[in-house]
Amino acid sequence: MNTQDHIGAKRVKLVDTTLRDGMSSVSHQFTTQNVADIARGLDAGGIGTIEVAHGIGIGASSIQYGFAAATDTDYVRAAVEAVEHADIAVLYVPGVATLSELRSVLDAGVRTVRVAVHCTEADCAQQPVEWAKEQGLNVMTFLMMSHKLEPEPLTEQAAKLASYGADVVYVVDSAGAMVPHQAAARVAALREAISVDIGFHAHNNLGVAIGNALAAAEQGATYIDGSLRGLGASAGNAQTEVMAAAFERAGWETGASLWPLVDTAEQVLAPLMKEPQIVDETALLLGYAGVYSTFFHPTKRAAAKYGLPSRDILLELGRRGIIGGQEDMIIDVAAEMTGRTFTATEQQGTAHA
Amino acid sequence: MKRLRAAIVGSGNIGTDMMYKLLRSEYVEPVYMVGIDPASEGLERARREGLETSAEGVDWLLSKDDLPELVFEATSAKIHAAAAPRYLDAGITAIDLTPAAVGPYVVPVVNLEEHLGAPNLNMVSCAGQATIPLLWAIDQAADASYGEIVAAIASKSAGPGTRMNLSEFNEKTGRALAQVAGADQAKAISIINPAEPPMNMRDTVYARVRRPDAAAIERAVLDVVGKVQQYVPGYTLRLIDVEGDLVTVMVEVVGAGDFLPTYAGNLDIITAAAARVADMLAQNANIDGTRVTEAAL
Repeated sequence: MNTQDHIGAKRVKLVDTTLRDGMSSVSHQFTTQNVADIARGLDAGGIGTIEVAHGIGIGASSIQYGFAAATDTDYVRAAVEAVEHADIAVLYVPGVATLSELRSVLDAGVRTVRVAVHCTEADCAQQPVEWAKEQGLNVMTFLMMSHKLEPEPLTEQAAKLASYGADVVYVVDSAGAMVPHQAAARVAALREAISVDIGFHAHNNLGVAIGNALAAAEQGATYIDGSLRGLGASAGNAQTEVMAAAFERAGWETGASLWPLVDTAEQVLAPLMKEPQIVDETALLLGYAGVYSTFFHPTKRAAAKYGLPSRDILLELGRRGIIGGQEDMIIDVAAEMTGRTFTATEQQGTAHA
Repeated sequence: MKRLRAAIVGSGNIGTDMMYKLLRSEYVEPVYMVGIDPASEGLERARREGLETSAEGVDWLLSKDDLPELVFEATSAKIHAAAAPRYLDAGITAIDLTPAAVGPYVVPVVNLEEHLGAPNLNMVSCAGQATIPLLWAIDQAADASYGEIVAAIASKSAGPGTRMNLSEFNEKTGRALAQVAGADQAKAISIINPAEPPMNMRDTVYARVRRPDAAAIERAVLDVVGKVQQYVPGYTLRLIDVEGDLVTVMVEVVGAGDFLPTYAGNLDIITAAAARVADMLAQNANIDGTRVTEAAL
């Protein structure tokens, strides 16, 4: 990697989340061998940080989010043993993960933790961020669903994360609801307001993930998330190997090596994919309605079970202001729409029974 | 019938809401409220309701000649852990709404009768009060090998203490789900939702069961919901679904709006459950000779 900081040098670091966000696309079923093989390829491709484990982060193996094929610590160990240079990272969602689960993956070799909160609830990150800093971890933080806040109030939340000790604050487009000028405005506002590094995490629901990533970088984001083949919740993420090429053509130094990334995507990942990562009707609607990306598969399942169009369920979830993590509300909405929820009268009978 | 006299320690949201619930009780009379901030709204409201108040903490309470029989602890785990031995020495039964868990976990419709004589009773958590009855009913009817709950609350009802302790909150609720509801293993997930207008508390219980008899499960759940409704009128069933060995039950909890807004069903259900515990202790004290009766005399 070029360490000389010559005038005009434009540098970003690519962070890969094929093995975390991408887990949602394979219902969290990558084996530890899959994780090792893909992590090895990403490491050879010069990716400095590789995020692994369940799609909703550590501690998320559950009925609510689906059970993963292996434990968080097994995934971490597999990745740590496979790489020579890269840091292995995990996602920590307060309310889902616990500090003892973080302790376990730390013992397995995690060096970076990414603490993700809904964009209006930064103070829920204080405990895990401070704890992780005390353990000497590199700490990145996510403002999920950043499209829900205008740049100014978003900076207030970002300032809180920075004050807890976060090394990086991310603008996260969890629903893939942003277009480039919106991504740029949020990153620019954060760049002005806080002194720590800024990151950007895209979803491709409106087909502009890489455009958003480039716009974010132009405004000062220095950490850019992606995944091989774009593997990720709903429409997927910005495609790592395509970003390596596009950022190079746009005059950026990423430290990535294009061909090992392309080879890993083509030869290791592609055969494992259940279906191509495309923007289908459901994925488009998630971005258009601004609904959380991980609702993609559970909404399709509920639509099939209750005989409803996914579209109607998603629009109602959007109307109710349901946020990331509330997968149970998909069932609630579908049951209500088909008249299968209990009414007040039915229960009054029971109260006196 | 002689009412048990109670002190409320902590004059914040929970303590103040607790007072309004006790003011309606036939069996318990709130007489003291103790805080640490003389200017707190809770203490002012308590004075208006005729309670004797102090901002000098537990020392003031324990220096009274006329000690209460019950104390409701609505401070923090740390403060309660320090005060609990002093209540015990003074012969005051503590109903603990903090996460301290000095005494056994108590959920009125599930296991209160086992703990009526305990000197210290812990109210678990708001999510625990909302979900343990449901998982317990499922386990009774169908033998749960695994239970999982998702508790979603409005951002406006989540105070700094909750936000700073989500990890402990989930671990504690998970432990109580296994221990009190009877599932072999359990897990708790919490969500803080910022939607406007604020959403009512929502709870989902999932269970994997060994005897998936849908009719028996439905009867058990309807029965327990009816029992919780006796002390939490805004506790309403949304859904019971049995698919294979997976049971899904959903409820909504609308608060009584005593001090906190109705969307804060999470805070309402824990104060309502604590008031229920106190009523049961008082009724029990009037029936047979427990330590509470002795203290009351």
